[in-house]
Amino acid sequence: MSSVSKIMESMEYGPSVEDSGAVRDWLAGRGSFGHFIGGKFIKPGQTFVTSDPSTGEALAQVTQGTADDVAAAVRAARKAQTGWAKLSGGERARYLYAIARHVQKRERFLSVLETLDNGKPIRESRDIDIPLVARHFYHHAGWAELRDSEFPGHAPLGVCGQIIPWNFPLLMLAWKIAPALAAGNTVVLKPAEYTPLTALAFAGICQEVGLPAGVFNIVTGDGATGAALVGADVDKIAFTGSTEVGRAIAATLAGTGRRLTLELGGKSPFIVMADADLDAAVEGVVDSIWFNQGQVCCAGSRILVAEAVAERFEALLNARMARLRLGAPLDKSTDIGAIVDPVQKDRITAICRAATDAGAELIGGQPADGCFIAPGYLRNVTPANPGMEQEIFGPIATLSTFRTADEAVELANNTRYGLAGSVWSESAAVATDIAARVKAGVLWINCANLFDAAAPFGGYRESGFGREGGRAGMLDYLAEPAVKSVKEPKAQAPMAATGGEAGKAGGIDRTAKLYVGGAQKRPDGGASYAVPGGLAPLGNRKDIRNAVEAAAKAGAWAGMGGHARAQVLYYIAENLAARTGDFADLTGKAEAEAAVARAFHYAAWADKFDGRNLQARPGHLLNVIPEPWGVMGIACPNTQPLAGFMSLVMPAIAMGNRVVVIPAQDDPLAVADLYQVFDTSDLPGGVVNIVTGARDELAPVLAAHDEVAAMWYVGPSAGLERVERAAGGNLKPVWSPVNRDWTGGQAQGERFLRHATQWKTIWLPYGALPAGSGSAAY
Amino acid sequence: MSPTPKNPGTRNPGTDLRPDWFADIRINTPAVERRAATLPVRRSLKKDWQAAWLLNAVRCIDLTTLAGDDTEDRVARLCAKAMQPVAPDLLAAMGVEGLTTGAVCVYPTMVAAAKRALGNSGVPVASVATGFPAGLMPLDLRLAEIRFALDQGADEIDIVITRAHVLRGDWAALYDEIRAMREACGPARMKAILATGDLKSLENVARASHVAMQAGSDWIKTSTGKEGVNATLPVSLVMCRAIRDYQAQTGHRVGFKPAGGLRTAKDAISWQVLMREELGRDWLAPDLFRIGASSLLGDIERQISHHVTGRYAAAHRQAIA
Repeated sequence: MSSVSKIMESMEYGPSVEDSGAVRDWLAGRGSFGHFIGGKFIKPGQTFVTSDPSTGEALAQVTQGTADDVAAAVRAARKAQTGWAKLSGGERARYLYAIARHVQKRERFLSVLETLDNGKPIRESRDIDIPLVARHFYHHAGWAELRDSEFPGHAPLGVCGQIIPWNFPLLMLAWKIAPALAAGNTVVLKPAEYTPLTALAFAGICQEVGLPAGVFNIVTGDGATGAALVGADVDKIAFTGSTEVGRAIAATLAGTGRRLTLELGGKSPFIVMADADLDAAVEGVVDSIWFNQGQVCCAGSRILVAEAVAERFEALLNARMARLRLGAPLDKSTDIGAIVDPVQKDRITAICRAATDAGAELIGGQPADGCFIAPGYLRNVTPANPGMEQEIFGPIATLSTFRTADEAVELANNTRYGLAGSVWSESAAVATDIAARVKAGVLWINCANLFDAAAPFGGYRESGFGREGGRAGMLDYLAEPAVKSVKEPKAQAPMAATGGEAGKAGGIDRTAKLYVGGAQKRPDGGASYAVPGGLAPLGNRKDIRNAVEAAAKAGAWAGMGGHARAQVLYYIAENLAARTGDFADLTGKAEAEAAVARAFHYAAWADKFDGRNLQARPGHLLNVIPEPWGVMGIACPNTQPLAGFMSLVMPAIAMGNRVVVIPAQDDPLAVADLYQVFDTSDLPGGVVNIVTGARDELAPVLAAHDEVAAMWYVGPSAGLERVERAAGGNLKPVWSPVNRDWTGGQAQGERFLRHATQWKTIWLPYGALPAGSGSAAY
Repeated sequence: MSPTPKNPGTRNPGTDLRPDWFADIRINTPAVERRAATLPVRRSLKKDWQAAWLLNAVRCIDLTTLAGDDTEDRVARLCAKAMQPVAPDLLAAMGVEGLTTGAVCVYPTMVAAAKRALGNSGVPVASVATGFPAGLMPLDLRLAEIRFALDQGADEIDIVITRAHVLRGDWAALYDEIRAMREACGPARMKAILATGDLKSLENVARASHVAMQAGSDWIKTSTGKEGVNATLPVSLVMCRAIRDYQAQTGHRVGFKPAGGLRTAKDAISWQVLMREELGRDWLAPDLFRIGASSLLGDIERQISHHVTGRYAAAHRQAIA
């Protein structure tokens, strides 16, 4: 029987291997790579090998970057930055456009190189990674063009150090450098140790298009090189990678004033409601945890299925899993390629073992010869099972069930992460509600792992902060217009001892208290300290704990909606205005008037700080909405006690946050008089909680509290450093607006709202009619 | 003359009408689109494998002429091509023997001519019937047309459904109509054309697929070739999933026939990948898979010619249907 006849019997697919000749010739010609610094490849130093994980074959030698290499690259970037920033937006746009074009012209080469170095299937690098890379540069060519008109008064940050992971090597490069360059920054990039080759090929593209020397630099190496970059003289670090490393970077940068964005791990929920298209959801799993061997930070790794359809869903899932082809990454019929490195393979199998030891059952998911692991999932997993808690970063999901939508959301949010989520339901009412309630930066309704350069991507909680893509992503590479700073008076030591100035007498003795959960509370320590006008309660860490607890319980505030919150803020303004004279006696007229103005201003904003509907793709309702952080900590400047307090608290609560505030340490009594204003203005208890005392002792406690999602701190750099270190525990972002005249125009505006919110991107593909039948979606 | 199907296989006896099997069906169209878009790019066939899969597609083609200007001579030419769809020298070079198309498909009045032309080749004749293509004729006349086609010697009958029954959600009427047609077909195997381009929504397609299978269709077929949109991969994906679910319920295997929309060798590969990935190897044989096509064969033959000779082929050097 002829070969063709035999195949006609078996109807197997046979091999279909993408040609890697051109890439191998290029690698053989280069052999060994030095760093790319100042527009040139420099001579290789001490090198390490990068290999094809599917075969173990060595592909090239790459230089281990030293601290000196990093410093040289930063110098080159610094030298180039002024000239690059001076170019017009249109001129920078032309370079980014040329890069996009050249990526497209080299798409086959880059796809093959990516697959060789990383082990991902050629289908994915060819159809997903590389097209998204080009798309990212096109999109940001547009932002370069529009920077000055769309971000008036903003300036580039300077030199950005960027550290990227190995799971989407070239795509993560694009996500990092396109916005940086568009904004006018220059870059030193450290690609992942396992996958440096496409970055080095990309450097060649930068040479081809004549990108000015030093605008983009690469230093290759391992974690030590990355640490050197974090410690170098850069203005911003952007990091994508593990939460552990992200935490260490945050600690290193604490108090340096350097900007930081982090895109970290995830354990994203994948919620299948009873009314979902189950076949679609199963395919969603394929696109989630069985995409890129599950080495995807936003993968829907926790599958949560409605009990009513769990049996059928699992049957469909198993049937689909059985048809996935594990094999050579360059074979065009491969679904699951190689794990990036044996170290990772061992890590994945170790977590699976720990999960099964703890009682889970592993379906599929067996390690195969070489650096391969078959797709699989864990069932019978309890919430505390290691397989449920840890990011496996391999092709292994967890599968568990829920009974009601409420329970689905509760399980979905039962994680320290918050990168993404996926919801499957044919009910628009149900799906959009769940998307709103899952705490994550990206929500996919009836889809999974869709990406676009215009759609901001980034996490909540310990998945990091900052966004990549779109307008929000640009803002993370721009400095806001400068503010005239005012020196803050040094705080006095709060003395719990008796003595000092007596209260302003004349009437009955007044006792200022803390304000917690809408009630006035005595301080836990039972101590007060002397301040102008009398005694202020001396709060301690337990008071902070109680205040945060009260704030956490007041979540209904966020759900009231902008209009209802505006009503409360207007009422606060009204009641404050009625007592302007009283407050003016305490703080002076300017502060009293500023306090009224802030309440009025943010009442106006409460229903107007809107998200956007993106036009990136036809057939996709793509909404980017600002969500409140939840519980915020605010440490007020030790000056202008009333104006400072209102300038920070009003924008925060206008957006739906609940706040725990440490008012001006030396002069907090004006704030204590606000309690009655809040009480009479229908502000729900727990929305604003106030703990007076030693700011720089209380603020780190607040910053370290895991329930607090974001921290604002106005104060000296030593205090900021302690706050930033403490905030690293749950990776909350810290915003430190400079001390200013809090009665002036620079003490209010949209900027405060941006820092009071985080962006959630919600994808909802629509389309009633199938292709070709006239639906608007296709 | 009694019909003698070439690949009798096992018939689908159907079931009682069971709306509960499809009442809760949920189909997310964009998700179906995404899956359909990745199906052809997740699998690739090269060299001998590509040739084998293309020849297999030929084996599954219902080589079709359904035009107002059909004549007996035209049908005879079609039949000649069905019996020898690929030039013998090309087949010999690949070591493949006895390749024919799955069937020829014609109007009832052309069945006799087709039977004559096909002689004892074993290639079955499929006849459209029941008021093809719109089906808007009285039921008794539509059933009579089936009987006429059978009388002329048809081995298989491709029926059309009343789209209004689907659009109005009248599943009982749809079931009864198809059941009656199935009975009229007797031993001849029956393909039910759903005319998916008229049904529009994928949920309608899925429900109509279930009713057609419950009423005893041996194949479900996408299109007449006369609708505005004919076979598409998304529609085919939905129908294949219905076939899968029906088999899970009953154990009966129902075939699938995309029609009118497959024109290129690449299409032939894409649809076979769909069958293999969604239903399995068994659905790559003519008893469970047919492709309704006329021009497709020419493109496949050109690809085969290139595979054998290494030269790109010109249509005028191939025998036309």
